[in-house]
Amino acid sequence: MERFEYAHPTTQHEAIGLLGSSWNDAAVLAGGTDLISLMKEYVVTPKRVVNIKNVEGLDGIHSNAEGVTIGALVTMDELLADKTIRSEFPALVHAAEGITSPQIRAMGTVGGDLCQRPRCWYFRNGYGLLAMDESGHSLVRDGENRYHAILGNSGPAYFVNPSSLAPALIALDAKLQLEGRKGKREVRASEFFIIPKSDSERENVLEPHEVLTHIVIPASSRGFRSATYEVRHKTALDWPLAAAAVAVKLEGGKVREGRIVLGHVAPIPWPAPDAEKELEGKSITESTAASVGEAAVRGAKPLSQNGYKIQLTKVAVKRALLAAAKGEA
Amino acid sequence: MADYHWPPTDKCNLIGRRIARLDGPWKSSGRIKYSYDMNRPNMLHAKMVFSPYAHAKVVSIDTSAAEKMPGVKAIDIITEPGKEVFWAGHEVAAVAAETEEQARDAARRVQVRYEKLPHLVSDVEPSKAGEHTKQLAEQTDGNPDQALQQAEVTSEGEYGVPVITHCCLETHGQVAEWDGDNLTVYASTQNVSGIPGEFVRAKIADSADKVRVLTPVMGGGFGSKFGADTWGLACARLAKKTGRPVKLMLERDQELMAAGARPSMYAKVKVGAKRDGTLTGWQSESWGTGGPDAQGGAPSIPYVVRIPDRRIRHTTVLTNIGPARAWRAPNHPQMCLITMSALDDLAAKLGMDPVEMLQKNIDMTGQLSKTYSAELEKAAELMDWKKKWHPRGDKTPGSIKRGLGVSIHTWGGRGHDSNCNCVIQPDGSLSASLGSQDLGTGTRTVIGIVTAETMGLPLEAVKVNIGDSKYPADGASGGSTTVGGVSSSTRRAATAALNQLLEKVAPSLNAKPEELEAVDGKIRVIGNPSRAISWKQACAKLGTTPITGVGQRSNDLISSGVGGAQMAEVSVDTETGQVYVDKLVAVQDCGLIIDLKTAESQVYGACIMGITYSLFEHKIMDEQTGRCLNADMEFYKLAGIGDFGEIVVHMMTGSGFDERGVIGLGEPPVISPGAAISNAVANAIGVRVPTLPLTPDKVLGALEKGAVA
Repeated sequence: MERFEYAHPTTQHEAIGLLGSSWNDAAVLAGGTDLISLMKEYVVTPKRVVNIKNVEGLDGIHSNAEGVTIGALVTMDELLADKTIRSEFPALVHAAEGITSPQIRAMGTVGGDLCQRPRCWYFRNGYGLLAMDESGHSLVRDGENRYHAILGNSGPAYFVNPSSLAPALIALDAKLQLEGRKGKREVRASEFFIIPKSDSERENVLEPHEVLTHIVIPASSRGFRSATYEVRHKTALDWPLAAAAVAVKLEGGKVREGRIVLGHVAPIPWPAPDAEKELEGKSITESTAASVGEAAVRGAKPLSQNGYKIQLTKVAVKRALLAAAKGEA
Repeated sequence: MADYHWPPTDKCNLIGRRIARLDGPWKSSGRIKYSYDMNRPNMLHAKMVFSPYAHAKVVSIDTSAAEKMPGVKAIDIITEPGKEVFWAGHEVAAVAAETEEQARDAARRVQVRYEKLPHLVSDVEPSKAGEHTKQLAEQTDGNPDQALQQAEVTSEGEYGVPVITHCCLETHGQVAEWDGDNLTVYASTQNVSGIPGEFVRAKIADSADKVRVLTPVMGGGFGSKFGADTWGLACARLAKKTGRPVKLMLERDQELMAAGARPSMYAKVKVGAKRDGTLTGWQSESWGTGGPDAQGGAPSIPYVVRIPDRRIRHTTVLTNIGPARAWRAPNHPQMCLITMSALDDLAAKLGMDPVEMLQKNIDMTGQLSKTYSAELEKAAELMDWKKKWHPRGDKTPGSIKRGLGVSIHTWGGRGHDSNCNCVIQPDGSLSASLGSQDLGTGTRTVIGIVTAETMGLPLEAVKVNIGDSKYPADGASGGSTTVGGVSSSTRRAATAALNQLLEKVAPSLNAKPEELEAVDGKIRVIGNPSRAISWKQACAKLGTTPITGVGQRSNDLISSGVGGAQMAEVSVDTETGQVYVDKLVAVQDCGLIIDLKTAESQVYGACIMGITYSLFEHKIMDEQTGRCLNADMEFYKLAGIGDFGEIVVHMMTGSGFDERGVIGLGEPPVISPGAAISNAVANAIGVRVPTLPLTPDKVLGALEKGAVA
């Protein structure tokens, strides 16, 4: 990797002061499970690496009247071990369990999961985030796109968002707290991710000088039943081919409010409002779940090799709904 | 005098038992060093510069910027300007620096100017490959046209296996170290005795006896580690140039791009039979690619089941996909998948149990027909085939469909040239030395067992010396030839050494040497066990001079030609296309088994490797960039421990097998899993998924074309 300056601040203030005004100035290091490999492959070459592992106040899971606050440095293992998370938010548990690598669960953080870069193999092989050739033509469109987007893929971005937790957090209406030079701000998880239009843009609303500090699941989501279902090729560590997170509020056995978010099928975690509408007022049965799955992929436009992901997405939605209906919380 | 022929198995103390491998504890405790672990004092690290293009001419190489990078000590040019590179990942240069990181950074600063040339990296059929084709062979036996015309049932299909890699867990590479004009290479190689000469031919070393290759253990080769390779030669040159030891191990992406690919094979097949299942005719049009060269001849299909009337035509597609290298049982898994899938589809068309169809035509398998027949019966029993099997298409409700598949395979496995020195010291210590290597298969343990058995001593009494080219020359470990080679040369050497000892000891026991035997740690008179002296006392009679027994590979101790039968049981999720192998039964013969435990372990490993290439492996190439896109272990998928179910291994032993002598085993059990699993999937979902790997997209695609009946 290129030479870089290494900083290990202990306060949020100090950490933010060490970040830059452009992405190449500095990169935030937490678990390192993504950043280190990006740097080793020269995909990113920050001048400074700011290790936030020792920054106070970014760890722990706390519950109060407002909701449940998860520090950005909480690891996947810590998330999985937390009693509140386990009992109240199964969608997060399923998603974290889907990371079937003890090493990554031990090191990888919740914040890192949300901020990790796409796994698009053109991007990782050095062809840029949007994978264009010299003439600006997308390598993905006519290339090897079996793992790429089927939704939100009008271009130029065709990668899929790699986050395991984001669909569940969006379904649980979580808020993300960001802190930067201009102070603190809070964005809804559903508004955190964006589809970049050029190689210089990023996949989320973070500014180069900002850090994701906390994730808050509002108290209003506590009564929801939730689940995540991932379709993976391998049982061992593997990226989902498609995933769906659902959170439903049931009243008299019928869905009063349902939230459905798709993962690994679009450049951002993909909300499915048509499917949510289809679900409203119904009881969750095999057949309603299936028709909600159908509604979730309305508008999907497969690329040359990834039509199969439409079917996988339908199934993921159906199975997530059935799992949520069965669940206790 | 002791006889070198194998003792009857019921008289053996060690041969044929389940014995744990000698180097297991050394490996698991880290006491023994792989090439990757080898660090020499004052050692430099080298990294490769690879072509980013699939086909290009090197115009110029400017190393000035790289030379100025921190820590850089030397740069070696592998591909001179003016020469061409033929795949992305082709070796261009190597850079040595003080640290691995410095070498890595500096390798990127070597400025290579390329003139890009047209490439083809797609695994396409010949009609779409333009000029990149070479028709290798056409062969006709009998009258296939007539046979197929008169067949009562015919089946047509297209089957295939894509290019995959070896993905050795220990990547290719070595540490090279000079002492004057003597070169030591700590190499991860399958060919300890064969490599030294390569350094002479490359004009790096003066003579082969000045090159010593050391490979105490190695982390997988599978046919891709027979040569010194360009990086080995570059490493030695860099070490010479700098006067320091140099370590150069490939990184994972380089391993997958440059260190070997298994050629693909696809075929359009028409096969015919009588209504009773008797096979009558075969016709196939096959093609495949293994890189820029046309290697080998036409595949020998139909595989194992020799249908008398056949026509086969094969075309090689020349591509820039990477360098083809032998991959565990070269060509056999591909030929097996094509043949056994076609036969399975034909059986399905006849509504016939495919095991019955194989049994019906068992005579066509030739001299191993009785073995195959017995193995199919045994496998069926272990799978509970008769109870579980159903005609194609699992009719039970729900999205999970279950199915069974069968396949049979063959391999040669005659032992290679081998030489062993067996030394008995006056203090009673005992060693066997061979310039062989243990790829992880159990070679070291087998040598120890044969030596100890011959001497009537426990395994711990033997020191096995292998993995060093200073020992007597031995063949490369490829083609399942090692166990036959080393076990027979060791048996001859140990017997020769023992006989010298018996001659020395005979007078003190008042017996002739031919009246003595070595049993239970004693030399004793045959038929009169009380007239005995201990092994230690016997050896003390040697005075100060040790005994050396010399042995060579001995054809009367070994044989070749094995058969195996495998059956797979799978569950397929028809909503997602996910395939899970619930159970794989592998029944295998390999003649006389020296160590049952490491033999079974070979079969387990082959089954796992087989499940992996059946479900996951595929070297994915991008035609636009000419690059391999999954040169990593993220998208070059290998099975994890949770990705396969029960594996049942049964070795055919006893009468009819043991007396054949020793036959190699490394290759055969990896041949059938693809076919058995593909057939099981077809049996489960009612439709053929034509090519491996059986990925969700392909399974769903096949289901869409022909839904479950």
